[in-house]
Amino acid sequence: MNTQTHACDGLAAIAQSVRSGAVTATARVEACLTRIEARGAELHAFNEVLASDARAAAARVDAAIQRGENPGSLAGVILAIKDNIATTIGHTTCSSRFLENYRSPFDATVIGRLQSQGAIVIGKTNLDEFAMGSSTENSAFGATRNPWDSSRVPGGSSGGSAAAVSASFCDAALGSDTGGSIRQPASLCGCVGFKPTYGRVSRYGLVAFGSSLDQIGPFARDVRGCAELFEAMAGRDPLDSTTADLEVPDCLTQLDEPLRGLRVGIPREYRSEANAPSVARVLEDAISAYQSLGATIVDVELPLTDIGISTYYVIAPAEASSNLARFDGIRYGKRAEMSAGDGLEELYAKSRSEGFGPEVQRRIMLGTYVLSSGYYDAYYNRALQVRRQIREEFDHAFTKCDVLLGPTSPIPAFEIGGKSDPWAMYLCDVYTVNTNIAGIPGISLNAGFAQEGGATLPIGMQLQAPAFSEALLLRAARMLEIARPPCYPA
Amino acid sequence: MTERELSVQDVRHIAKLSRLAPDDATVEAMRSTLSSILGHIAKLSTIDVAGAEPMAHPLSITNRLDADVPGPTLSIDLVLLNAPAKVDRFLAVPKVLDEGGA
Repeated sequence: MNTQTHACDGLAAIAQSVRSGAVTATARVEACLTRIEARGAELHAFNEVLASDARAAAARVDAAIQRGENPGSLAGVILAIKDNIATTIGHTTCSSRFLENYRSPFDATVIGRLQSQGAIVIGKTNLDEFAMGSSTENSAFGATRNPWDSSRVPGGSSGGSAAAVSASFCDAALGSDTGGSIRQPASLCGCVGFKPTYGRVSRYGLVAFGSSLDQIGPFARDVRGCAELFEAMAGRDPLDSTTADLEVPDCLTQLDEPLRGLRVGIPREYRSEANAPSVARVLEDAISAYQSLGATIVDVELPLTDIGISTYYVIAPAEASSNLARFDGIRYGKRAEMSAGDGLEELYAKSRSEGFGPEVQRRIMLGTYVLSSGYYDAYYNRALQVRRQIREEFDHAFTKCDVLLGPTSPIPAFEIGGKSDPWAMYLCDVYTVNTNIAGIPGISLNAGFAQEGGATLPIGMQLQAPAFSEALLLRAARMLEIARPPCYPA
Repeated sequence: MTERELSVQDVRHIAKLSRLAPDDATVEAMRSTLSSILGHIAKLSTIDVAGAEPMAHPLSITNRLDADVPGPTLSIDLVLLNAPAKVDRFLAVPKVLDEGGA
């Protein structure tokens, strides 16, 4: 595959070129639509391309510039939005038959904040149904394919957003991350994906999966782009009472300045024998890169790394079983055909069985089981106790280092259909779930490549930092990006 | 937490609690995969959790109360746009009460 090195100049540079008249927002939308026309059907990154809405939004941006107004810091920046984030334009399907025809009567808070800065939504991206999966194969509307090798998965659950960014269908995208659903697809598609601290970005308008774990975050082709989107959408929202009442830090002014005396922690457990040889090699190479930049490498231990998957697959399904109870066939979404004598109970059960795919039903049942009488203490309460210990383990590690470095995923992108056992799929998220369990921020960026079966596959590294220290995390990530400049399919 | 295979009856009970109506083939498939997943999850019992306070949420937050002032809301027409069945300004549902029920 032909590739080109990316300049890493962020989204403000795009907005500046639009505001200065060097390029129109309309021309930028048309260029993206042309790229989508060329590879869109092959990759299936989008559930819905909103061409006419994007053209209308671009015309508004261009008209504002003509009138001498400033359309905002993201003027003419083209975004793809994961299809579990509510938008009044197009549908919001969560890639589920249940919501196939659902149109949101309101916009998510993040959508309003980004559009108010002149950003343009070009489409809604594919995901694993209700964000439950690590490959985007669980979509009711068909799998998304990896732009680097279309026989492979893009990761998931935000696989459509990651693929759209890496294939240059848009400038940046939004995803949601409950256990790695931004970072893992970013790793497998070779772009940057950033999960902010829990509570930093409003979840209002994000269709809830695991409410104590979910967080909206950006995808971009560089760290700066992620930082810019983060700053534009972060901060307290009266419509989400779990948003933290804290000032959003300036993440941009010093982004390019390497951190002096940075201590990079390498958890022993992240150098696992389960890592593919290519992933292990890229990790050691990233460690060397930080050393050559003057960072101090610190060995740390996170012994509860492996138990994270078991902990997560109690907590997340428990929360999902409660959250997805709202899909009952009464107020919106799928309503099954009724038989004579059917009452409300039958309407609920038939509508849900017809509307939800196998993985969603599996997780609802798993969550219902671990919350049921007689099992609550053994499963759910115990998982919450382990959750506390995982958080304390991170807190302890961060007394010895500023950031943690490791692989985002133990393996590069795998073949479509390559993981049929649910637990084998769940293990893809071994390095990402504990970030959500602890509520801390994490970012994945490309740090190297593997050659597999004639294909070049990107390998991402993940950095994690203490809660609400996004400015530090993004600067540390930018250091690695400068040392290992990203490239994308041409 | 003991490792055990779920029975078909267990799965049907969980499905009922989940408001799902799986057919026989789905019940058997769920029995197999849920049993396998619960076997992996059973590793949680190997962790010493003595003294660990359950952590339901990553933020130490308390409920926030807003002033009780009416604000803008979505119109009923807009909200009903997605309703699978409606009568006038109401959602239509199957009969809930028996004849003469209160």
